[in-house]
Amino acid sequence: MFRAVVMGVSTGGMQALKRVLAPLPAVFPLPILIVQHMSPISGNGLATLLDQLCLVRVKEADEEEVINAGHVYIAPANYHLLVESDGSLSLSAEKAVNFARPSVDVLFESAALAFGPSVIGVILTGAGTDGGRGLQFIKAHGGTAIIQDPADAEAASMPGYALSLVVADHVVTLTDLPELLQKLAALGPS
Amino acid sequence: MENDERFAIESDLLLEAIYRMYGYDFREYAEASIRRRLTVWLAGSGFASLSEAQGKLLRDRALFDQFVRGITVNVSEMFRDPLFFRALREQVAPRLKTYSFVKIWHAGCATGQEVYSMAILLQEEGLGGRYRIYATDINEDVLDQAREGIYPLQDMRRFTENYQKSGGRRDFADYYTARYDHAMLMPALKNDIVFAAHNLAVDADFGEMNMVFCRNVLIYFKASLKERVLRLFDRALLPGGFLCLGTKETLENRQIAGSYDELERGTRIYVKRYL
Repeated sequence: MFRAVVMGVSTGGMQALKRVLAPLPAVFPLPILIVQHMSPISGNGLATLLDQLCLVRVKEADEEEVINAGHVYIAPANYHLLVESDGSLSLSAEKAVNFARPSVDVLFESAALAFGPSVIGVILTGAGTDGGRGLQFIKAHGGTAIIQDPADAEAASMPGYALSLVVADHVVTLTDLPELLQKLAALGPS
Repeated sequence: MENDERFAIESDLLLEAIYRMYGYDFREYAEASIRRRLTVWLAGSGFASLSEAQGKLLRDRALFDQFVRGITVNVSEMFRDPLFFRALREQVAPRLKTYSFVKIWHAGCATGQEVYSMAILLQEEGLGGRYRIYATDINEDVLDQAREGIYPLQDMRRFTENYQKSGGRRDFADYYTARYDHAMLMPALKNDIVFAAHNLAVDADFGEMNMVFCRNVLIYFKASLKERVLRLFDRALLPGGFLCLGTKETLENRQIAGSYDELERGTRIYVKRYL
């Protein structure tokens, strides 16, 4: 069984996350952890808004929180989000990675170490290169890599960079991603 | 994977060895981030593995100090989280002014940016000459930097913006002198600050404080160490005193929670009850 989905997104994230998360059923069988790049002084508005639009429960991640199926955890502004092997969340205020705090690479590396092959990493639209190395790390630990088709992305560089480093298991459009996630979640790691 | 397993073994052994040699207890730090920082430190250290580094770290104090600096998080900003500092200014400072003298323990002060922010705030709010800040950190290296009060000039733009958003009353440029690519804070700010080494994981508390300020430090600790440190703070605080935590740190579900009320929901400023 997979234990979690981790997702990294930047420019165009709000629209993309709506399209990916809204179709998922309330009983989606995995927790979803998300790093969306945002300004250091953002509040938890993104989580609140997505929560209203989605059947899954969307909230800002709290430290020591244990992740649960059917829940989406968004990294708080100005903190890195990490996941521990016991399935609890940690936050860190250490310096920006790839000019980003939260950084996708930091979340993905922790998820690969915590869950090995039982994690699905997803890179969506975004400027910059954050997440590529993290996804590579997930693949190296036997996890599954999904990348949004750069042609489908509002900003192509994050998925494009990830594609240049990783042989993706799936390259998809936002329209097809919710169904793919449900299929994978039901099947478990190959 | 075998490499990860080996790294986990080596890091457990190293942290145990360091505890026994130097009394610095990193065994109770949250694993994901300590592992990450050990990885980053190792990559820049020139050692091939943590086992290889261990022998040197147990013999070379200077290398050990550099190691501590590498694996602890010392990133800070002046007036980080402006809304928190605004709450301090508008809601806490008026209460502090009712005391003839105010003692503040700033635990985990890193390179000092938030200590000087507090000094500026207290002076602007009319507490000049009536306070002392005890600023402590585990790491001597960063304390030296904190004592200097010199920061990269490029940081001043963000600090100025934070200061203004926090309700600052003056021109922030009044507080520093630019020299080449550095900014030196006004030396007078240092007058009522005492910088000292202190290890939250093993050392005892300071007494009779009106405020304990410890932001974005507890997030790196496992629950057991968080509880220990919060008990330490609780013993240090006078009734009516203030405990200030980071934006994502709360007293919820902690042993000492029953003795504290949050000043206003979400501020993470807790007031100790008079029993």
